[in-house]
Amino acid sequence: MTLTAEVTTPPAAPAPAPGSARKRRKAAETRAGYAFLTPWLLGFFLLTAGPMLASLYLAFTNYNLFAPPEFTGLENFRLLFSDPSYLKAWQVTATYVLFGTPIKLIAALAVAMLLNTRRRGKGFYRSSFYMPSLVGASVSIAIVWKAMFIDDGIVDQIQQLFGAPAGGWVGDPNRTMPMLVLLTVWQFGAPMVIFLAGLKQIPNELYEAASVDGAGPVRKFRNITLPMLSPVIFFNLLLETIHAFQIFASAFIISNGTGGPARSTLFYTLYLYQRGFVDFRMGYASAMAWVLVVVVGVITVIFFRSSKFWVHYSGEGK
Amino acid sequence: MRQQHRTRDRLKGLGFHAIVLAIVGVILYPAVWMLSSSFKPSSDIVGNVSLIPDAATFANFAKALDGIGGVSFWTFFTNSLILAIGSVVGITLSCSVSAYAFARIDFPGRNAFFALMIGTLLLPFHVVIIPQYIVFSRLELVDTFVPLLVGKFLAAEAFFVFLMVQFMRNLPRELDEAARIDGAGHVRIFTSIMLPLMKPALVTSSIFAFIWSWNDFFGPLLYLKDPDLATMPLALRLYVDQTTTSDYGAQMAMAVLALVPVLLFFLVFQRYLVEGVATQGLKG
Repeated sequence: MTLTAEVTTPPAAPAPAPGSARKRRKAAETRAGYAFLTPWLLGFFLLTAGPMLASLYLAFTNYNLFAPPEFTGLENFRLLFSDPSYLKAWQVTATYVLFGTPIKLIAALAVAMLLNTRRRGKGFYRSSFYMPSLVGASVSIAIVWKAMFIDDGIVDQIQQLFGAPAGGWVGDPNRTMPMLVLLTVWQFGAPMVIFLAGLKQIPNELYEAASVDGAGPVRKFRNITLPMLSPVIFFNLLLETIHAFQIFASAFIISNGTGGPARSTLFYTLYLYQRGFVDFRMGYASAMAWVLVVVVGVITVIFFRSSKFWVHYSGEGK
Repeated sequence: MRQQHRTRDRLKGLGFHAIVLAIVGVILYPAVWMLSSSFKPSSDIVGNVSLIPDAATFANFAKALDGIGGVSFWTFFTNSLILAIGSVVGITLSCSVSAYAFARIDFPGRNAFFALMIGTLLLPFHVVIIPQYIVFSRLELVDTFVPLLVGKFLAAEAFFVFLMVQFMRNLPRELDEAARIDGAGHVRIFTSIMLPLMKPALVTSSIFAFIWSWNDFFGPLLYLKDPDLATMPLALRLYVDQTTTSDYGAQMAMAVLALVPVLLFFLVFQRYLVEGVATQGLKG
């Protein structure tokens, strides 16, 4: 389909003026550009931009998939913010993002710094740590996690060894969150690999010069590693945060799709799924989706705005 | 003096490996425990920390391979395989073509579209999923693979477009300029110069496309209601639902079987995977 670009290029007209030749060439480039971009353009308008507009409209309607949408104005948003389950979903999701993301990134950075040496076996270690990132969001691992944290499970037995009270984490509303935070921290390998690549870019001379000036490891970390690594920290922080908002499979499997016990795993995406695809309250779920987009958008803007103050790009004379 | 330095270095090395190996042990423990549990009798799984089964048994696997509710295990496996291979084909085709336009052709509107493409990287997919579902259900495409594959053929996964653009930008410009002087058009340049040079990016994308499709749970949960069309993650979920009496052995065996292709890909291509992440900032 996209291959027609070359064929349709017109043959050279007789005696072209130099200016029009350039113009024709430009037009040919434009045609080729759009021809090659066709798959993405179709995908963007049909699967992203179009649906976004549709969901914006649906957010202001009552729609159950079977009767035509009924315009209700801001009713959905009013209902949302007086729905205790919705507010709970925000609380659960925000807690997960606020704890899971920083702990995961700190673990990733710590292990990356540990591995950033010329010791043997680095490749093996890197790959071993990366593996959980590949399977962590799968149903298989959610099932394993559930089996490990259930009553009388491994974790229960280990905590009893240390004198903690008996009891699994799966059925305890106060402990499901730590359990899921551990699951995301377990997947620190992906950001770690990115940190490692960033650490490799820091010139060794900087550390040597700092040593000559008598700087200790803490000063070196604060004054060299952190600023030099800040673009990578920014990238990881932004992507991991947005990623964390979208947790679904593990929460679904561990709670059998209910978000329980006591709504403690009622993540935003899980509640959206329940409202939209179990209760078929499509308008309500669309309103939920748009609140999420706005919140994620605001967070992204805050990250970018704040980056001026803490992200240093080399070549900026900083 | 030098001798002393060497012993100290060696001790430090031992300390390093001891620490890192301990972390490796903790990190890999759940995966290894899953594998070993799949060989244990169900009654011996939950509280058993040991990684070596007292009496290894294949009964769990036999049970898992029996399938669920009259649908054979191999049906689930084949469904997952079709979707994963379809994703690989769709993503490599559509994303490489689109990435070529972004990376190598100069046309008005390119920068604006590029910015939009980057924007979709950060967009929560929930905002498009409801209208998409409505459209696909109107078109009576629920309970087909179409909704799960169409985005792959339309370069809707911006990650891969971005990865390929970044890769192409690093290829020397002189190559296509020389080809243009020789009279080659964009189709020639793309097929006979770019595609062969892009092999590493295409391989990395293919591996990720396969694994992500294989592990995907949300998409199949929405669109595949018919058990005959269920993928491995869906089957696994059905299995857990069905065996509420906690047949952990069979669940573990099924979980292992659902991960086998991913783990094989990981073992064979781990260098590509890790380097793809390191250079392009992809997530697992």
